[in-house]
Amino acid sequence: MTEVERHSYDVVVIGAGGAGLRAVIEARERGFSVAVVCKSLFGKAHTVMAEGGCAASMGNANERDNWQVHFRDTMRGGKFLNNWRMAELHAQEAPDRVWELETYGALFDRTPDGRISQRNFGGHTYPRLAHVGDRTGLELIRTMQQKIVSLQQEDFAEHGDYEAKIKVFAECTITELTLDDGRISGAFGYWRESGRFVLFEAPAVVLATGGIGKSFKVTSNSWEYTGDGHALALRAGAQLINMEFVQFHPTGMVWPPSVKGILVTEGVRGDGGVLKNTDNKRFMFSYVPDVFKGQYAESEDEADRWYKDQEANRRTPDLLPRDEVARAINTEVKEGRGSPHGGVFLDIASRLPAEEIKKRLPSMYHQFKELADVDITAEPMEVGPTCHYVMGGIEVDPDTASASVPGLFAAGECSGGMHGSNRLGGNSLSDLLVFGRRAGLGAASYVDSLASRPVVSQADVDAAAKMALAPFDPPGDGAEENPYTLHSDLQQSMNELVGIIRKAGEIEQALEKLADIKSRIHNVVVEGHRQFNPGWHLAVDLRNMLLVSECVARAALMRTESRGGHTRDDYPQMDSQWRNTLLVCAAADDDPVAPAVSVTRKEQTPMREDLVELFELTELEKYYTDGELASHPGRTD
Amino acid sequence: MGYKAKFRVWRGDADSGELLDYQVDVNEGEVVLDILHRLQATQASDLAVRWNCKAGKCGSCSAEINGRPRLLCMTRMSTFTEDEVITVTPMRTFPVIRDLVCDVSFNYTKAREIPSFTPPEGLKPGDYRMQQVDVERSQEFRKCIECFLCQDTCHVVRDHEENKESFAGPRYLMRIAELEMHPLDVADRRNEAQDKHGLGYCNITKCCSEVCPEGIHITDNALIPMKERVADQKYDPIVWLGNKLFRRDK
Repeated sequence: MTEVERHSYDVVVIGAGGAGLRAVIEARERGFSVAVVCKSLFGKAHTVMAEGGCAASMGNANERDNWQVHFRDTMRGGKFLNNWRMAELHAQEAPDRVWELETYGALFDRTPDGRISQRNFGGHTYPRLAHVGDRTGLELIRTMQQKIVSLQQEDFAEHGDYEAKIKVFAECTITELTLDDGRISGAFGYWRESGRFVLFEAPAVVLATGGIGKSFKVTSNSWEYTGDGHALALRAGAQLINMEFVQFHPTGMVWPPSVKGILVTEGVRGDGGVLKNTDNKRFMFSYVPDVFKGQYAESEDEADRWYKDQEANRRTPDLLPRDEVARAINTEVKEGRGSPHGGVFLDIASRLPAEEIKKRLPSMYHQFKELADVDITAEPMEVGPTCHYVMGGIEVDPDTASASVPGLFAAGECSGGMHGSNRLGGNSLSDLLVFGRRAGLGAASYVDSLASRPVVSQADVDAAAKMALAPFDPPGDGAEENPYTLHSDLQQSMNELVGIIRKAGEIEQALEKLADIKSRIHNVVVEGHRQFNPGWHLAVDLRNMLLVSECVARAALMRTESRGGHTRDDYPQMDSQWRNTLLVCAAADDDPVAPAVSVTRKEQTPMREDLVELFELTELEKYYTDGELASHPGRTD
Repeated sequence: MGYKAKFRVWRGDADSGELLDYQVDVNEGEVVLDILHRLQATQASDLAVRWNCKAGKCGSCSAEINGRPRLLCMTRMSTFTEDEVITVTPMRTFPVIRDLVCDVSFNYTKAREIPSFTPPEGLKPGDYRMQQVDVERSQEFRKCIECFLCQDTCHVVRDHEENKESFAGPRYLMRIAELEMHPLDVADRRNEAQDKHGLGYCNITKCCSEVCPEGIHITDNALIPMKERVADQKYDPIVWLGNKLFRRDK
């Protein structure tokens, strides 16, 4: 029998980024005991990397902003593939979630009349992003971390124990979810520090594990982003949607090589920075796609006037949604107009006084100075696309954040639907808050409704332990594999063959490579022992990366159109026949290492009529089929 | 332009350990963390090192490079000569778990002992009004990425285990200052800063400010103003007399 440390909680939250922490706060405030489990130290989650801000239509910078405008922008950004109910809840609730953070102690930048300042960002009609310089994610994480501390202090006052209701299990990796009669019964994992096993017995699990960027070579994501939540959900029987949609952020650092991919905030462009090619031309004016024609400035003069007067002018195409900008940069580089290190120039130096740049973008100044020896107040930055965010994720009920497996909930990047085919900048931090809270609430209501608690079976624990230890004791029937080598093969394949521009032949090649990696992963061997062993940690995470990579590749092959974060060279047009179709990934067998993946089509529920009416018919015609619009009031009148 | 760098890395655990020598390839533009990763991938797959963002934003990869507390991800190889031996050791103030990884739970314990943000009663969400000039003071401290290098370097605890109980360290004394300077916070933490969290131990040598990767003026902007506030509260004879007469010290 496996030796395992056992804990019992009402709710287990996996992941301590923004979504996870907000879920913890909510479940605890509803009176339930919560364990929060994270792979890193507490407070280090990837949310700290979010720079630009948190979108919420508070209307502080432009009083014409409201949730309907935010909803419209979100649907446009996602090319109308979004789960409209999620987009609706998100737009409606984001302001309350931001204001709530102030009651926890957050200190956002202010407007002259003392309210929360809001900044411009790609795809948002009005200045909408609450921000703290360019370190907004850090503020969110720290604020919620400190709120959790304050709840623990309340629990200490009442029970004499800080950890009576909320306990943080830091540097602990969950490797498997356990089920009892189809319902969640718990989560199994190991302490990274000691390698010892730990079992959480809990009827509800909230997945808040973030993204999958570590499956790609050039990424802004940290090592934690190995698709754990995606893979855990699949293996537990839940479904993933929209996995073909991966956002390549247009502006990552391109030089030096060791920092390639690190994010350069969109706030640089929001605050006046412009993209230029090697001919010193502001090339984005040539890349406004038909669906956005008329919404963006057509001359440099108009674009520049827009920063001062947004009523009389249209915004600069430098602030088109991220997928458009990333593709434009890709084209410029490919056609030989790139910068010396294979990117393009992002120029803020000639646009703002040095002092203003340092004030508004302190961490960008610092990052370039320290890592690239570039003074962004004096010279342009070199930037290029970097794998940044996965729109796809666990399919959830919009209102309760519950997955198809009873007791399983998901929020934030690891859930799917909210952002459709492409996420707008700033909508991630607001997504975390809105759906983190809803997941905490959903889990609390679920636990409340249970007549009996599920039980973890010893067989499940033994199987999970055996799986986790496999890299120390490979079968010995093949050549031994190094986890670092396999990981780098995987990243290379995904980056080159299922990256920003895709075509059928290459995706098929990628699937062959993934099959090859799958056949080798059984033979991964790690040296040393279980105590803080990074080789072993990588070997464990590797099977999750493999599984989600296969989902991305299979869905990408099936969707024969280009939309948002999915660009097919062989199908370059957006096809309205595809708009309402979701590709649903599920596990197709019981292979414990990495199950086979099935992909099936599913139609979305049509948008509620009052929401449809928020759009002009002429705009919907760009996305919808004639059949879908047949009953539109604009057509039947 | 690549070359082989000479690295000396501390390997071991809580019981024992030693400095081991390695030669590792270095490419243009790399930082110390890149070299340690290459070491993991090629020579020492079980070398324990904490890291996350690799962009100086999360504060995970704190260690000591040639004896100086630094972030591994923000220390460029070009700051060393090619024949220099680069010695990497774990932070000295905290117990070692393995190799370069320390047990930093001291910090989380201290964080829990500081009374949290206390807004005025009845102030509703959405009604918070603050001026930029007023929030900026606390915003500087909220830039903290909790790398704990200031805690590591502070001589009050660096070689004085016995002081840990009664000293919160620069990071958390700064947290008290941050809350005290929050425009809407109504709690008073002055007595506690001195009596419980050891503000008086700090003799403003500014080592903490010097190692801060965020360039926060911990001593000048947080600790000294806090000391002044405490002095006003505890040692001003008129305040003292007033407190005695009207018993407002509770």
